Amino acid sequence: MEPLIQLDNIRAAYDKNVVLNQVNLTVHANDFIGIIGPNGGGKTTLLKIILNLIQPLSGRIIKSDSVNIGYLPQVNTIDKQFPVTIKDVILSGRFATDKWWKRANKEQLNRVDELLEFIGLDRSHNVPIGELSGGQMQRVFLCRALISKPNLLILDEPNTYVDKTFEANLYNLLGELNEQMAILLVSHDVGTISSMVKTIACVNGGLHYHPSNKITNEILQSYNCPIELVSHGHVPHRVLKHHDHE
Amino acid sequence: MNELLELFSFAFFRNALLAAFLSSIIAGIVGSYIVARRNVFISSGITHASFGGMGIAYYLGFPPFLGAGIFAVLSALGIEWSSSKAGIREDSSIAILWSLGMAIGILFVFLTPGYTPNLMGFLFGDILTVKMTDLIWLAATAVVCILLISLYYQAIVTVAFDTDFAKVSGLPVQTIKYISAALVSIAIVLSIKVMGIILVLSLFTIPAAAANLFAKNLNKVMIGAVLISVIGSMSGLLIAYFLDIPSGATIIFTLTVLFVILKIIKLIR
Repeated sequence: MEPLIQLDNIRAAYDKNVVLNQVNLTVHANDFIGIIGPNGGGKTTLLKIILNLIQPLSGRIIKSDSVNIGYLPQVNTIDKQFPVTIKDVILSGRFATDKWWKRANKEQLNRVDELLEFIGLDRSHNVPIGELSGGQMQRVFLCRALISKPNLLILDEPNTYVDKTFEANLYNLLGELNEQMAILLVSHDVGTISSMVKTIACVNGGLHYHPSNKITNEILQSYNCPIELVSHGHVPHRVLKHHDHE
Repeated sequence: MNELLELFSFAFFRNALLAAFLSSIIAGIVGSYIVARRNVFISSGITHASFGGMGIAYYLGFPPFLGAGIFAVLSALGIEWSSSKAGIREDSSIAILWSLGMAIGILFVFLTPGYTPNLMGFLFGDILTVKMTDLIWLAATAVVCILLISLYYQAIVTVAFDTDFAKVSGLPVQTIKYISAALVSIAIVLSIKVMGIILVLSLFTIPAAAANLFAKNLNKVMIGAVLISVIGSMSGLLIAYFLDIPSGATIIFTLTVLFVILKIIKLIR
């Protein structure tokens, strides 16, 4: 089967510092890939290359014609005081498939209703996003990513603000969504990721691909820096110190 | 009352009222967009930079507002380009163009031989000398603003609200940004006739900020801002006429009073 996206020997820089080198990554339909890595390791740069927001210095990105990306950015990049309602935010996701001059149709408006019910915010159409909690806002942005029925869902740190009660729901939900679409999930939270995803990619300058979701010593080695591991158990935090060298 | 009716029999006053009305529509729509995008500082830079074009046009004997318009559009595009492509920090490029434009304007006004009667008009507004061509320009711009926002509201909001997301969606983000930057600068320059370079931006920001207190969606903010702007500028113009004080400054006072009243209503509600 033709892959949705193929990154071939990507090299990328941010402000002239090379942050990614010789990166290869292939995303197939129904993949569920967790991208982990330390801050500054190039996770965001990798994502921006896949999303076509920045150009690599060298290498090739091959996208299938059929790929339709739904994107959930980090919520802290959003201007929360912008005067816009939940309904309009979710509807704005339709431009992934609609041309810019198109107006919303009946089916899309119905889909907004369905999605809002789905995330437990039904009848909140006209609530401005400024009145939402971080977790609610993240759910609304997830709906925006889903309204165009993508076959590749890209999530940037989706569990940053989500409250504990919704976190479990989110993971169940992503499991369900994965039956219909490939998912690429970026997180610094290794513990969470390993329980959900099918495969793990570690990004720290290079990219190390692990065809399973087990966090092994080998994965931790490829990090090459101290990492924080947040577990699901009763212990809130465990910090594993690793070697400091590059 | 008779005095008021008599006033409306003067063509210059009817023109002034119409100019204030049309500028209010433009300022309400464009101003809400500027305020929502947090572009007030850029717009202020563009306004002041346009004085450079005015000075050159004066010196060369062209219509001053043509020069101002060209300078405003060029500096708007220049700011957009220099921060997205040339890597100059946006607030720095705004400040450079702002003061450079004013400097060019002062220089050329100084070099122009003889007295420059309309200089005060450019700085503080000259609404009582509005001509038919000014009104036609204002009306055409108001129509363009209303058409664009009602036809392409969702694409415009998507780009303004989350640019990266809009790019990922495949919207023509750069084109929409350039068009809106050009339209914002044209709108501001045309309103300079009513308010003057120094005061014009308050017509774009105070009504939008006031409407923001109550409206939850950009289209409603725009409608509210247009209403507040129309009420504030018309009543300001009448007060200015009867008290024989400068109209631009009076309009700012009436708008500010409206803002304070709305803020109090919001607080006690």
